[in-house]
Amino acid sequence: MSAGIIEKIIGPRVSPEESAKHSFRYGTPGFMLLVARVLLLVSLFFPYWQMELQAPQYPDGLHMTAFLNHLTGDVAEIDGLNHYIGMRSLFEAAQLERTVGVFIMIAFVVMLEFAAYIHTRWTVLLVAPVVFFPVVFLVDLHLWMRHFGLNLDPHAPLSNAVKPFVPTAIGKGGIGQFVTIATPGTGLIMAAVASIMLVVALFFHRRAYLPLVKQKRAAAETPAAN
Amino acid sequence: MTMKRSRLHPLSVSLATLMMCGLATTAQSQSMRDVESLAKERGLTTADLMAAAKTYLPSGELDEYLMFASGGHAGQVFVVGLPSMRLLRSIAVFTPESWQGWGFGVGNEILEEGFPEGKANLWGDTHHPALSETKGDYDGEWLFINDKINARVAVIDLRDWETKQIIKNPLTLSDHGGTFVTPNTEYVIEGGQYAVPWGSDYAPISDYKEEYKGSVTLWKFDRNRGRIDKDQSFAIELPPYWQDLSDAGKLASDGFFFMNSLNTELATGGIQDKKPPFEAGASRNATDFLHIIDWRKAEEVYKAGKVEQIKGFPVITLKTAIAEGLLHVTPEPRSPHGVDVAPKGDFIVVSGKLDPHVTIYSMDKIKKAIANKTFSGNDEFGVPILDFDSVVEARIEVGLGPLHTQYGPDGYAYTSLYLDSAVARWTMGGTYGSLTPEPDWTLVQKTPVHYNVGHIAAAEGDTVSPDGKYLVSLNKWSVDRFVQTGPLMPQNLQLLDISEQGTTMPVLYDMAMGVGEPHYAQIIKADKLNSWAVYPETGWDPHVQNIEPMAPKKGMERVQRNDDGSVDIYMTAIRSHFNPEHIYLKQGDTVRWHITNTERAVDATHGFAVPVYNITASLEPGETVTIKFDADTPGTFPFYCSEFCSALHLEMMGYLMVEPAE
Repeated sequence: MSAGIIEKIIGPRVSPEESAKHSFRYGTPGFMLLVARVLLLVSLFFPYWQMELQAPQYPDGLHMTAFLNHLTGDVAEIDGLNHYIGMRSLFEAAQLERTVGVFIMIAFVVMLEFAAYIHTRWTVLLVAPVVFFPVVFLVDLHLWMRHFGLNLDPHAPLSNAVKPFVPTAIGKGGIGQFVTIATPGTGLIMAAVASIMLVVALFFHRRAYLPLVKQKRAAAETPAAN
Repeated sequence: MTMKRSRLHPLSVSLATLMMCGLATTAQSQSMRDVESLAKERGLTTADLMAAAKTYLPSGELDEYLMFASGGHAGQVFVVGLPSMRLLRSIAVFTPESWQGWGFGVGNEILEEGFPEGKANLWGDTHHPALSETKGDYDGEWLFINDKINARVAVIDLRDWETKQIIKNPLTLSDHGGTFVTPNTEYVIEGGQYAVPWGSDYAPISDYKEEYKGSVTLWKFDRNRGRIDKDQSFAIELPPYWQDLSDAGKLASDGFFFMNSLNTELATGGIQDKKPPFEAGASRNATDFLHIIDWRKAEEVYKAGKVEQIKGFPVITLKTAIAEGLLHVTPEPRSPHGVDVAPKGDFIVVSGKLDPHVTIYSMDKIKKAIANKTFSGNDEFGVPILDFDSVVEARIEVGLGPLHTQYGPDGYAYTSLYLDSAVARWTMGGTYGSLTPEPDWTLVQKTPVHYNVGHIAAAEGDTVSPDGKYLVSLNKWSVDRFVQTGPLMPQNLQLLDISEQGTTMPVLYDMAMGVGEPHYAQIIKADKLNSWAVYPETGWDPHVQNIEPMAPKKGMERVQRNDDGSVDIYMTAIRSHFNPEHIYLKQGDTVRWHITNTERAVDATHGFAVPVYNITASLEPGETVTIKFDADTPGTFPFYCSEFCSALHLEMMGYLMVEPAE
């Protein structure tokens, strides 16, 4: 019974001879899923997002870099400045996300591992969360920045000069004497490339295995008709 | 090209304008025509505009060279950027300085190390800075400077530009022949000046010849510790002449150093008793003695233990120095001033001061004369006198009052002329001769300076590889060069362009120095320094150049009352608050107030100032200091940050409340 469900989920198998004969057809989806996995793993070591703050008294600018699991750069200095406008410490932001980020990424890689093995539409279910990950990251970032920017301490020293605001998650913004330039990091770009590869992989996946699934279904239906 | 002070020729101007118009790209559409009309309006010549173009640095552009100048009786060191001639920093050394908090909370222990006889002497007379050297070239790591008034030497670390050590000479009370360093900074040398009995003990001046001593001290420098190591240092006794300026040999003269002297007459003055005053008695003889000292040999003698402990300090006595053959003298024009070793170490140039010549000695000839014992006799203390004619290479008449000589990279030497108020350029001979178009050992130019030039400093002009380019004339009088500033007038530091061969070396800039009297200065290429922008880590103790484990840390601020009744305050400073802000003490408490500036941003310096208790400290980013005092005065004392550190600077304060004793 359960073996039947598993078989139904993982879908038709391709014989090694057939696979060797049509190596492009059957190799491409798996290969692209592999590349996506590598990209996601490597992205862990690269920044996902960075912000540069430019102001007259900081000729080299202030820099903040967010990795999936930690913040680096002039965060203490930026926090020090933020206390004038009553913004909470950036270290308090997205603590859960930074704690679980790496595990989620590992889970994604495992999911893609399975996705490569499954030859039915269930693959989509495993791939989709990974595809949407970069968008989810940016939305989450935006929500945190919105939350921090709109909840300034009304008694802060500069509360007259700086009203609550929504910092820009990607692009150019400004606050006080600072111009802020927020850009996606190499890690996020890798994840986005992985997303595109996954969509393309799904296309090739469908092209390779849908005929097999249909064939199998047709084969299953034929004896019933007899 | 020559740069006469000619009025702008209309044709040349229009030609220049035509050529430059294409280059004028500023937003305001300014052109060289505007420059021309402004120049005309202000009466500026082409030479003036050239001088401005050579020295002007647009905002944000950095100087190419740094000049470390002594501050004279300001007791400090001044650092000036070249070619802009902007004063960049003062470095407090012997004199308390409230901006740096020096002596008001920071550096107190270092100042105390140097108190002569334990008496608080809170000023110094800095004369001769010496940058540390490696293979005879500045390495940009350390700076040493003497204090003439109390015979002290200070060590400054050029990572954070702070004084780290002041050492008092145990033997003598005035120094002028220092500081200068041996080619790898093995020793920092300090030559005494006015002879005194050992340790400046009492002796009537009638006992001058017997009891008064000359000396030179070789301070061993420990680079790893960044300190002079007194336990490996020693002195050499010299005749009670007034030893004067000195210089270390290098390359051809490596292992030797040279000291001028005056008062070889052993004059003891006494104008009040109708005896000739010092100025007459000490300049009676036609010649004085150039001291030639073999310091490597002296080091061997010291290490062999052939020393006498005088005032607890090892001294190679004059007798031993003569017997070991490490001290020779040779005649030099009377009351000379500078003795300056040529870049290759092959020539030693002595300036006559009262004699219009520079006298050039050959190291080769000196070595031969020592080897062959070509002596013209002994002085009255038995020091062998090398025969003048056997060691002299050349004499050049350069003008009146020659004082100090510096070198260029291209075979020229430069000598300051005090009485002529001029800087002379002359050609060298020997292997330098082929570098210049003019004949060897010839005066080629005299450029007037304003006025009464003392030392001169050329870019790296006393090293094995002089850079040329710039020369600064450190003039004693400014007279009419600046707006009248009352009867006390600034010094005038004039920048000369010596970059071109030929006969001109125009004055480019006058810098007023209204804070002290620089004597000698050294000019180093700015990129040789490795200055810190902030202290390497938070909780840094500059005195030991390391993390202070007990430094106050964020989250651990407290006031701690100890069992012995003393109080430790652990405080942090960051924009824009001290923590804690309320300090309660009891009258009579012994207080150690530790503060760490936890900032990491460049230039985020905080001050810490307490009224009545005479406390001010400069806390640079990362720095931790400990200020000690007794809370002897009860009251309420608002303390505050004395640097305008932020928009909430005024709010960065706290209250010290000292409760009266019952």
